[in-house]
Amino acid sequence: MSLLHLAIIAPFILAIFVPSLHKALPKIHTGWFLLPLPIVLFSYFLSFLPQIIRGEITMETLNWIPSLGINFSARVDGLGLLFSLLITGIGALVVLYSIYYLSKEKEKLNQFYVYLLLFMGAMLGVVLSDNMVVLYGFWELTSFSSFLLIGYWNHRERSRYGAQKSMLITVFGGLSMLGGMILLYLMTGTFSISETIAMAATIYGHELFIPALICILLGAFTKSAQFPFHIWLPDAMEAPTPVSAYLHSATMVKAGIYLVARLTPVFALSGLWVWLVAGFGILTLFWGSFSAVKHNDLKGILAYSTISQLGLIMSLLGLGAAAIHYPAVEAGFYTVAVSAAVFHLINHATFKGSLFMMVGIVDHETGTRDIRKLGGLMSIMPITFTIAVIGSFSMAGLPPFNGFLSKEMFFTGMIRAQEIGFFNMETLGLIFPIVAWVASVFTFLYSMIIVFKTFTGKYQPEKLEVKPHEAPLGMLISPIILVSLVVVIGLFPNIVAPLINSVMASILPSLVAEGMKFDVHIYHWHGFTPELFMTIGVIVVGILLYKFMPRWTGIYNRMPEKFSLNSAYDNGLAGIQKGANRFTNAYMTNSIRTYLLYIFTFLILSLGTTLIVKNAFVLDTANVANIHAFELVLVIIIAIGSVSILFVKSRMTSIILLGSVGYAVSLFYAIFRAPDLALTQLVIETVSVALFLLAFYHLPKVNKNEEHMRFKMGNAVISIGVGVVVSLIALSAHSSKAFDSISQYYIENTYKKAGGENMVNVILVDFRGFDTLFEIAVLAIAALGIFSLIKLRLTRGKEQG
Amino acid sequence: MFDVMLYIALLFISFAMVGLVYRVIKGPSVPDRVIALDGLGINLVATIAILSIILRTSAFLDIILLIGILAFIGTVAFAKYLEKGEIIE
Repeated sequence: MSLLHLAIIAPFILAIFVPSLHKALPKIHTGWFLLPLPIVLFSYFLSFLPQIIRGEITMETLNWIPSLGINFSARVDGLGLLFSLLITGIGALVVLYSIYYLSKEKEKLNQFYVYLLLFMGAMLGVVLSDNMVVLYGFWELTSFSSFLLIGYWNHRERSRYGAQKSMLITVFGGLSMLGGMILLYLMTGTFSISETIAMAATIYGHELFIPALICILLGAFTKSAQFPFHIWLPDAMEAPTPVSAYLHSATMVKAGIYLVARLTPVFALSGLWVWLVAGFGILTLFWGSFSAVKHNDLKGILAYSTISQLGLIMSLLGLGAAAIHYPAVEAGFYTVAVSAAVFHLINHATFKGSLFMMVGIVDHETGTRDIRKLGGLMSIMPITFTIAVIGSFSMAGLPPFNGFLSKEMFFTGMIRAQEIGFFNMETLGLIFPIVAWVASVFTFLYSMIIVFKTFTGKYQPEKLEVKPHEAPLGMLISPIILVSLVVVIGLFPNIVAPLINSVMASILPSLVAEGMKFDVHIYHWHGFTPELFMTIGVIVVGILLYKFMPRWTGIYNRMPEKFSLNSAYDNGLAGIQKGANRFTNAYMTNSIRTYLLYIFTFLILSLGTTLIVKNAFVLDTANVANIHAFELVLVIIIAIGSVSILFVKSRMTSIILLGSVGYAVSLFYAIFRAPDLALTQLVIETVSVALFLLAFYHLPKVNKNEEHMRFKMGNAVISIGVGVVVSLIALSAHSSKAFDSISQYYIENTYKKAGGENMVNVILVDFRGFDTLFEIAVLAIAALGIFSLIKLRLTRGKEQG
Repeated sequence: MFDVMLYIALLFISFAMVGLVYRVIKGPSVPDRVIALDGLGINLVATIAILSIILRTSAFLDIILLIGILAFIGTVAFAKYLEKGEIIE
C-alpha cells in the first residue's frame, strides 16, 4: 500500500476512532480531532502540484480482485488533483466552520463527523480511482454518506423526505452508471479508465457505444443535479449548513462534472455526447437561475443557483468536447470552453462555499433564513455583509472578482459554439449564447436578492426570534479565507493557470498527444469584445428587472404546482406504490383455488405449447399390447366411479365411490401381475377410507349443508385441459421409447446376487434400499406430525389458562 | 377351452361388479351403498381367484385373504359409523 492509498482511506480509518474519541474526551469539540486530517491531506496533495504541472502522472496500484481485473488503482493527474485539493481544502474549512456552527451539547457530534469523514474519503476515492468498479464503489459511498448527512436531524419530517429523495435519485443514477461501466468493459475488456481512454477510437461506433454513453450520462446528470434530476438538491438543503456548503455546493454535486470531464476523451467523438451534455447543461443553467429568483429561503436560492452553475459548467464541458475534432485550429479557439469550465469549477467552489457559510451565519445569528423577515443587517453584521457582497458579486459575474472572468470565458465559449461546423451546430448553435445570456441576467438578479434583501432595507427586529449580532470569529474564518481566494483569483487569475492547463491535459489528452500544449492566460481586459457588451447588458437588464421586481414576479404563479417536477416525482412515487399494491392485491387473492388455477393454467400452457412448438406428439401403436374385455370392464368401472364422484350430492357417497375406485385400481394391479402392489393398495385404500370417514364426522355443523358442487365453466375447461395434455404426453412418451429397459439386470441377478425370489421386495430393500429408508422417514415424520398436531394445542391451552 | 370358460366367468363377475357399482352410485341410502361395497369386495375375491388360475400363479392368494379381512373390517367400520356416528370410541 502506497502513501497515496493511505491518503484516500485515511478518513475511513479516522472515522473508526471518532466515536471513541468523542466519548473519551467529551470536553473538547469532536471537530478539533478531525481538523488536522484534511489539512495534512491538503498539503500532501499540494506536494503533487509541481510534478503535475510538469505533466507527470502518478499511478499506484493495489491488487484487490486481480482475477476480475478489479484493482484499487489510484491515479493522480491534473483533474484528479484539482478535485482532491477542492475536497481536502474546502473540507478543512468546513470542519473548522462546523466546530463553531454545531453545538457541543445539543448535537450528536460523533455521528456527524463519522458521516462527514466517510463522505470525504469516498469523494477522494471517486476522483482518484482509475478503476471503474472501485470508482463506482466510492460513488455509492458518497450517495450513502450524503443520505446520512441530509437526514442528520432525523426527527424532522422534511429531513427524512429530502434524504430519501436524494437517495432514490442518486442511486438510480449510480446504478445506471454501473451499467454504463459494464457496457464499456464489454467493449474494451478492461475496467481501467486510462486504458479505456487509450481505446476510445476503437469503441466509437460499437453497437454498445450509445447505450453506454446514455447510462454514464444518467449517472453524471443525477449526481450533478442536472435537469430534470435537479429536484433532489433543493430538498437536500434540510441538511446542516456545513453539509450543504461542502456536499451540495463544492464537492459531491461536482462528482458528475468530474465523471463527464473524465470520460470526455472516451465519448466526445460522438455528436450525441456533445449535444446531450451541452444541451442539458444549458437547460439546467436557465431553469436553475430562473427558478432561484422565486424563492424566499436563502438556502433555496443557493440550491437553485448551484443547479444553474453546475449546468453552466456542464454545458461548457459539452461544447469544449467538440475541440477534439479540431486539433489543428489555432490554439485555444474551442478549448476555451473547457478552460472556462475548469476555471469556473474552481471559482464556484470558492464563492458558493462562502455564500453557504454566510447563510449559515445569518441563520445562526437571527434564527431565520427567510428573506421576507430579514433586512437591514448591514450595520449589525458588517463582516458577514462583506462576505456576502464579494461572494454574490462574484457569482453574478461582476469585476474584479473571479466570477467575472469565468463568465466572460463562458460567453466566449458559447459564442464560438455556433462556429463549430458539425453536429448541426452552425444552425442551432445560436441558441447557446442567447440562453446563456438570459440565464446570466437571472443569475445577476438572484445574486442581488441575496445581498440586498438580506442586508439592506428595513431592519425588522420584531420578526426575528433572537437578537442578531455579529458571528464569532471562529465561524467567520472559513468564509473569509474563501472570499479572499475569490478576490485573489479575481485579481491574479494566472496563479491557477498552470493547474488549469494540467486539468485540460487530462480532459483532452488527444490534443496533448498531437504535440499541442495548453497555455491558458486569463486577462481582465481583452478589448471591446462581444463578451464585454453582453456583460454590460446583463448588468443593465438585471438592475432594471430588480427595480421592477414586484411588477413581473407574477409570472412565477402562472405555472400551476401540479405540473412541477417535484409534484411529478411525488405523484410518481405514490403512484408506483399504489400501482404495485393494486397489482399485488389483484393476483394475490388469498384463495387457494385461484393459486391452483394459476398453477394448472401455467401447466397446460407450458406443456401444451411445448408439445405444439416442438411438434412432439407422436402416436405409435406398434408397441401396444392386446386389450382384454375384462380390462375394458374394469376401466369402465373406474371411469364411472371417478366421474360420478363429481356429481354426487352426499359426501358419504363420495367416500364410498373413492373407495371403490381404489379397490378397482388394486384389481388392475392384480391383472397386471403386481401382487405386492395390490396388497398394499388394498390396505392403504381401506385405511384412508376410514380416515376420510373420521374427518367427515368431525366437520363443523355450520357448513354441513351438503350441497351439490357448483359448476364453473373455467374450472371444467382447465381440468379437461390438464387431463388432455397429460394424456397426450403419456401417449407420446409411450410411443417414443429411446432405450430398452434396465430391468433385465434385476431379473438375472435377484436370486444370484441378492438371494431373494420376490423381485419387487429385493429391489426395495437391496438394490434400491436407500429410497425405502427415506420413505420410512417420511412415514415417521407424518406420524409424529399427526401426533403433535393432536396433542400440542397451544392456542386452546391459552384460551383455557 | 378351460381358459375360455374362466374368461367367461370373469366377464360375468365384471358385469356383476358394474351392477354393484351402479348400486353404490345410485344409493338410495348409505347402507345400500355399504352392502354394495361389501359385495364388490367379495366379487374382487372371486375375480382374483379366477385371475390367478388364468395366470397359473399362486402369488395372489394372499390378496384373496386380505380382501376377505378388509371387506369384513370395512363393513363393520361402516356399520358402526352408521350406528353410533364414530368408529373408535
